[in-house]
Amino acid sequence: MSDLLKNLISGKVLNENFEESKPSFNPQEALDEANRCLYCYDAPCITACPTGIDIPGFIKKIASGNLKGSATTIMEANPVGASCARVCPTEELCEGACVLNHSTKPIPIGDLQRFATDWAIKNEEVLFEAGKSNGKKVAIVGSGPAGLSAARELARLGYEITVFEAKSEAGGLDTFGIVPFRLPKDISIWEVEQVKNLGVEIRTNTVIGKDILAEELAEEYDAVILAVGMSKVPDLGMEGEDLEGIYDAIDLVERTKNGEYIEEFAGKRVAVIGAGNTAIDGATTSVRLGAENVKILYRRTEAEMTAYDFEYEFAKQDGVEFRWLTNPKRLISDENGHVKQMECVRMELQDAGDDGRPRPVEIKGSEFVLDVDIVVKAIGQTRHRAIIEAFGLEHHGGVVKADPKTFITSNPKVYAAGDVIFGKGVGEAMVVSAAQQGKDTALAIHERLKESVTESA
Amino acid sequence: MADISINFAGIKSPNPYWLASAPPTNTGYQVQRAFEAGWGGAVWKTLGEPILNVTSRFGASHFNGQRVAGFNNIELISDRPIEDNLKEIYETKKLFPDRVIIASLMVEPEREKWHEIVKRVQDVGVDGFELNLGCPHGMSERGMGAAVGQHPDLVEMTTMYAKEVAEVPVITKLTPNITDITATAKAAARGGADAISLINTINSLIGVDLDTWNTIPNVNGKGAHGGYCGPAVKPIALNMVGECARNPEVNIPISGIGGISTWKDTVEFMLMGAGGVQICTAAMHHGFRIIDDLTEGLENYLDEKGIDSLSDIIGKSVEKYTDWSELDLNHKLVARINNDVCINCNKCHIACEDTSHQCIDMLKDGNGNDILRVREDDCVGCNLCSIVCPVDGAIDMVDLTPTEPPMSWNDRQAAIQMLERR
Repeated sequence: MSDLLKNLISGKVLNENFEESKPSFNPQEALDEANRCLYCYDAPCITACPTGIDIPGFIKKIASGNLKGSATTIMEANPVGASCARVCPTEELCEGACVLNHSTKPIPIGDLQRFATDWAIKNEEVLFEAGKSNGKKVAIVGSGPAGLSAARELARLGYEITVFEAKSEAGGLDTFGIVPFRLPKDISIWEVEQVKNLGVEIRTNTVIGKDILAEELAEEYDAVILAVGMSKVPDLGMEGEDLEGIYDAIDLVERTKNGEYIEEFAGKRVAVIGAGNTAIDGATTSVRLGAENVKILYRRTEAEMTAYDFEYEFAKQDGVEFRWLTNPKRLISDENGHVKQMECVRMELQDAGDDGRPRPVEIKGSEFVLDVDIVVKAIGQTRHRAIIEAFGLEHHGGVVKADPKTFITSNPKVYAAGDVIFGKGVGEAMVVSAAQQGKDTALAIHERLKESVTESA
Repeated sequence: MADISINFAGIKSPNPYWLASAPPTNTGYQVQRAFEAGWGGAVWKTLGEPILNVTSRFGASHFNGQRVAGFNNIELISDRPIEDNLKEIYETKKLFPDRVIIASLMVEPEREKWHEIVKRVQDVGVDGFELNLGCPHGMSERGMGAAVGQHPDLVEMTTMYAKEVAEVPVITKLTPNITDITATAKAAARGGADAISLINTINSLIGVDLDTWNTIPNVNGKGAHGGYCGPAVKPIALNMVGECARNPEVNIPISGIGGISTWKDTVEFMLMGAGGVQICTAAMHHGFRIIDDLTEGLENYLDEKGIDSLSDIIGKSVEKYTDWSELDLNHKLVARINNDVCINCNKCHIACEDTSHQCIDMLKDGNGNDILRVREDDCVGCNLCSIVCPVDGAIDMVDLTPTEPPMSWNDRQAAIQMLERR
C-alpha cells in the first residue's frame, strides 16, 4: 500500500484501490478446499452460522460440480449470502467452529461461499420463485439485510411486498455502508435483484413521514416491518466540530461506494476517531484515497477495541497507525476555517464501569497537539428516532423494543428487525444476524397471518 | 542396511522393483533411463507382430481431487519393428548387465509361432520371458492376450510351447478377467511355468463425457473397453496373489502386479506371497524417480523390523489368508472412541446410525462438551466407524477378552454333525 501514500494518485489508480482487495478462489482452489471438507454430520459450522446455512452441503455441491445447487443452498438460508461471504467474521463463526481447527486447518468457508455465489452472479441465475399470491400485503421499511431477507421470505410465501427505501438504491448497509474493497456494490445490488425478481416492489427515494406516512403503512398493510438500521455518526461534542475537513466515516464510505473519490485526502494526514469496524473502514478508505498518514485514535486500548481481529489486521496491513489511550478534546482551525490540529489528551484505564468495560479517564496535564489535515469520526451510529417515533414504537435510546422471538414491537401490527433493535448487550450487529432476524420476522408474520390466509383461500 | 535384492525364479535382481510391460518400457531409451534411476528390472513392452495403435489411448479415474486413483488404457503391444526392440534390448543389457530384462511376448497360441519368437528373442540375451496372456483389449479380439489367458487349457499349452524352447525362466502373466484366478495359475504351473505374474489389467470403461456423451477415452467419437490398473485395483490384485500363493497346486513364484505405488504396497504383496513386484501406473503418474523412495522406504522398513533380507518376508502372511469358514465366530472386537483425540465431526455416528448397527451415541460429558460413545454391547466390530474417521487415533478397534474358545463355521458344522450322529 506504500505506493498509495504517494501524493500523485490518478483516477485509474483510485479505481483500482477500491476494487475488491481479496481475489476470489479459482476453480481449482475451490475444488481442492471443497474436497478437504469432511462433510461432518450435525456440523458445528452450521450451528455457528446465524442463518444456519447447510455449509457441508453447499461445499460438497461445489466438489461435485453442482454450483447452482450450492448457490441455492447458501441463498436459501441467507438471502444476502453473497455479501456475507465477504463480510462475515467467519473466524468467529463458521470457520471458528470447523472441526479441522482441532486437527489441521479450518475450511475457508467464506471463500467457498463467495465462489459459489459468484458463479450464480456471473451466470445470472434466478434461484427462487415467488409463492402463489395469498392476498396479504406487508410493508417493509428499509431495504438492508433484514428488510431484504424478510421481503424474500414473505414473497416466497405468496405475500405482496412493498419495500420503502429512503436512498436512491436498495441494499442498505451492504450497498452503501461497507467499503467497496471488501464488498463491491454490485454484489449487494444482485441480491436486491434476486428479491425484486420475486415481484417485490422496492420504492426508492421514499422517506417515511415525507413521501408516505407511518400511519398510512400501518393502516393499509396487514403487517409492517421496520428495518431501518442505524444512521449517521453522532457529533463529537467538542470545539471545532463544524470546521472544514471533518468527515463522517459512514458518509465517507457511502460516497466511495458511489464512486466518488474525495480528492482532498491525497497526501494528507488523517486522524480517525474510534476503533470499531467503521473506524477501520474510515481509515482504510483514507489510505486508498491517497492519505499520506492515517492514525486511528482510541481512548481505550487494543484489548477493548470492538473491531474484528481480521479488520484490525487489514488496517495494519494498510499501514494504519494506532494510537491507544488517546482522546481528542478540540479541533483547531487554520485561517480558512479548515482543521489543522487536534488537541488530544492521554487516558488511563480504571476499573470497569456499568457496561463491564474498563473506564478510560483523562490523565491531567497530558494534553498535546497533533497536526492533522482531515478528521474522520467513527464513534458509533445514531438512530432513526424520527421514524421510530412516527410509528409510535416504544424504544430505549433509539433501540426499538421488540419481542426476541416474534419481533413484534409495542404496536402489534409492526415488527422490527436488524440493527434497529440492536442495542448494548443485545444480539450482534452483523449482517448475517440481521438476515436471520429478517427471516424469523417473516416467519412470525406468516404464523400470525396464515390462518386468515387459509380461510380466504 | 537390509538386503533388498531378490532371486526370483532364478533371476537375480538388485531390488524387487521391475517396470511392468507397458508404455514405460517401450524403448531402450526409456528402460535405460529407468535403470539409471535405480530400477532393478524391466519387462519390455510386449513383442509380437507389430500392431497399429489409436489416439487417444489412456483414461483415468480421479476421486475427490485425487488424480489417477485408477487408470486405463487401450494401447496395444509394441508398435515398433521387432528388430528395433531386439537391438535396444541387447544394447541396454550390455549397459546394465546387473539389471533384469524380461521380454514380454505375445503371439497366437500356435506352437511354431511361440517357438519362433522365443528363439529369436533369446538370441539377444534376455533374463527371462513373460508370456502376455492377459492383455484384455484389442489383442484379445484377435485371439491373443486375455483370449488365451481366460482358457486354462490354452494357458497350459502356450506355457508349454514357450518352455519347450526357452533356456531362461518363463513367467506366465495372468488375466484377472476370470472367475477363479487359481484355475489359470494352476494351468500355468502344469504347463511348466517357472513363475506366474499377476494381475494384468481389468476390463474397464473410465467414464462417459457429460456434454458429448462420448466414452472416456474415445477415438473419434467411439470407445472400446480398456484395461484398468493403478491404486484402485490393488485390493483385487492382492487377493489374487494371495489366492495363488495359498494354493498348493500353484506352488511357483509369483511376480506381484496391480496398483503398487509405494514401498508399503510392496511389503504387502511380498507378505502375501509375491517374490518381486512390477510397477507401471505409479511411474506413469510421477516418472521413474519414484524408485528412490520405493527402495529406501523398503530398506528402512526392514531395518526397523530387524530383518536382514527382503526374501525373509516373502509369503509370511499367506498362512493368515484363508477361507471365511475358518474364521473365529467367537472373536469379539468393539470400537472405542478416544474423545480427547476426536474432533467431533460425527461421521462415525451417522455412518453407524444410517448404515451399520446404531451403536454410537452423541452425548454431552459432565462439562457439557460434545462426546461420542460406543454402546459396546450393540457394537458388532465392523470397523466402519474407524474407516470413516478422519483423525488417526480417535477410534480404536479393541479385542475383547474371549469368553468362549475359538470356533469357526467349519468347527461348528463339524460339531453339529457329531451331535446328529449320536
